[in-house]
Amino acid sequence: MKYLCLAYGDEKKYAAMSKVEIEEMGVACKSHDQELHQGGHLALIASLSPTRSTTTLRPLNGKTVLFDGPYAETKEQVGGFFILEARDLNEAIQAASKHPAARVGEKMGCALEIRPIEFFEVTETLKA
Amino acid sequence: MEPEGGSALAKVDEVYRLESRRVFATLIRLLGDFDLAEEAVHEAFRAAVEQWPSQGVPGNPRAWLVSTGRFKAIDVIRRRARFDERAEELARHFEGQGGMQDEREAMDGESSGSPASGGKGLEDDRLRLIFTCCHPALAPDARIALTLREVCGLTTEEIARAFLTEAPTVAQRIVRAKAKIREARIPYEVPAPEQRSERLDAVLRVLYLVFNEGYSASSGDVLARSDLSDEAIRLGRLLVELLPEPEAKGLLALMLLHESRRAARASETGELILLEHQDRSLWNRELIREGSALVEEALLSRRFGPYTLQAAISAVHAESAMPESGPPKATDWAQIAGLYDVLLRADPSPVVELNRAVAVAMRDGPDAGLGLIDRLLATESKSREALVGYHLTHSARADLLRRMGRNQEAAAAYRRALDLTRQEPERRFLEKRLSDLEHST
Repeated sequence: MKYLCLAYGDEKKYAAMSKVEIEEMGVACKSHDQELHQGGHLALIASLSPTRSTTTLRPLNGKTVLFDGPYAETKEQVGGFFILEARDLNEAIQAASKHPAARVGEKMGCALEIRPIEFFEVTETLKA
Repeated sequence: MEPEGGSALAKVDEVYRLESRRVFATLIRLLGDFDLAEEAVHEAFRAAVEQWPSQGVPGNPRAWLVSTGRFKAIDVIRRRARFDERAEELARHFEGQGGMQDEREAMDGESSGSPASGGKGLEDDRLRLIFTCCHPALAPDARIALTLREVCGLTTEEIARAFLTEAPTVAQRIVRAKAKIREARIPYEVPAPEQRSERLDAVLRVLYLVFNEGYSASSGDVLARSDLSDEAIRLGRLLVELLPEPEAKGLLALMLLHESRRAARASETGELILLEHQDRSLWNRELIREGSALVEEALLSRRFGPYTLQAAISAVHAESAMPESGPPKATDWAQIAGLYDVLLRADPSPVVELNRAVAVAMRDGPDAGLGLIDRLLATESKSREALVGYHLTHSARADLLRRMGRNQEAAAAYRRALDLTRQEPERRFLEKRLSDLEHST
């Protein structure tokens, strides 16, 4: 079973943090990241660039129209994601709880969302 | 084997009452699906009604029901298989697995003598069911509804009535929770030891809420919906039997000690009677003895928490009123205030702060208690916000002011409490206090 984990945070709060605070956070995150990587459940992990670099595509009057910015204009945005391979939700929670967003990101309004996913390899999808 | 038809049917009824939820819990494990297991339980009991009168009651009825239910479920899957190839695979899968092990477990149950003791694996199924229904990944409302429905066997209508909501709302909560269990794959298991204490907290929380809803309904004109309290106590006993952790004992003790005062806490007309004015001869000594013994066990473990401490406070009240020997003693308020100090450290909350202030008032006099409450109300904090809007803060203040003879301030505080309370008996109680006060001045 695969689970997609979305790490949310408040970009403004992050931007308002001092250099020292960011460094401290980096140090605190490192050990959690290591634990997550060594846990053996991680299939894929990625960090997202800030939402200012985001483009959104929407169908509008029969055409695909581009918009600047993310789909949902909320304070908290997805800043990173990873995919876990786990037996069940308990195992996924155990593994995901190692991620910094579930541990040290309180100041940045962090949260971590876990959702089960059907995962398709691109080549398989093409063959089908 | 009992050949007589009538007694066999009576036996089906008895087994249904005592065992249907256990059979259900095991079938969920074997079938991996709540709804399929529910259907299988019904089919198994239907088969029992048809077969036991003519063929006799089997030696181990529960094992018979589990195995019959499993085969009936495979039939159900087969019937669906006409429309769906994958279901056929599933049916073959269930046929292949579990059967032997299941029978072995059933034999264990039989060889251990009493049919109630059962195999260890089967006992674990009920614990699995409790932990799954109280999983923290489910919405809090859904945990309560699911536990009452699946573990206790209440109907959605009964649950809706108890929580003053509509049956479809409850049904929808349950359907959603089951869908999440299936789709997110919440496992059917007793959590590993390193997660157990956290997960046990979630289970205890459900029991506590169910009990409270039954003991002091949060709204409406019924002082107590005792069915819910009974269910919570039954669940508490089951939990202590299956997983004798100190806090589980502490919570069971707390529920028993509160329950022991049920007959004394309201007058015949439904008026609320405060602890200090209750007719203590109405307290249930049996429940007090059981509760106090559990408190002692939990305290001795040294791994106790907030539930045990609350139960310990309740036990001090109970024991001073009816000591093991001799006449009733005055309540030991010094001990109660001390226990509140410990509770405040273990589990700080505005309500605990308030109760501690009341205990201090009883120990050191009303002015000491009033000083504490007014200090809590004056300090800017989250707990202040909670206390300002809480009717018991104002009725406690009112009571202390009244005792100090500051009647006008007391009346104002009673009025404030009246504005905030949602409970009908509580309202009548406060109105009576207020009118007594107004007539005395």
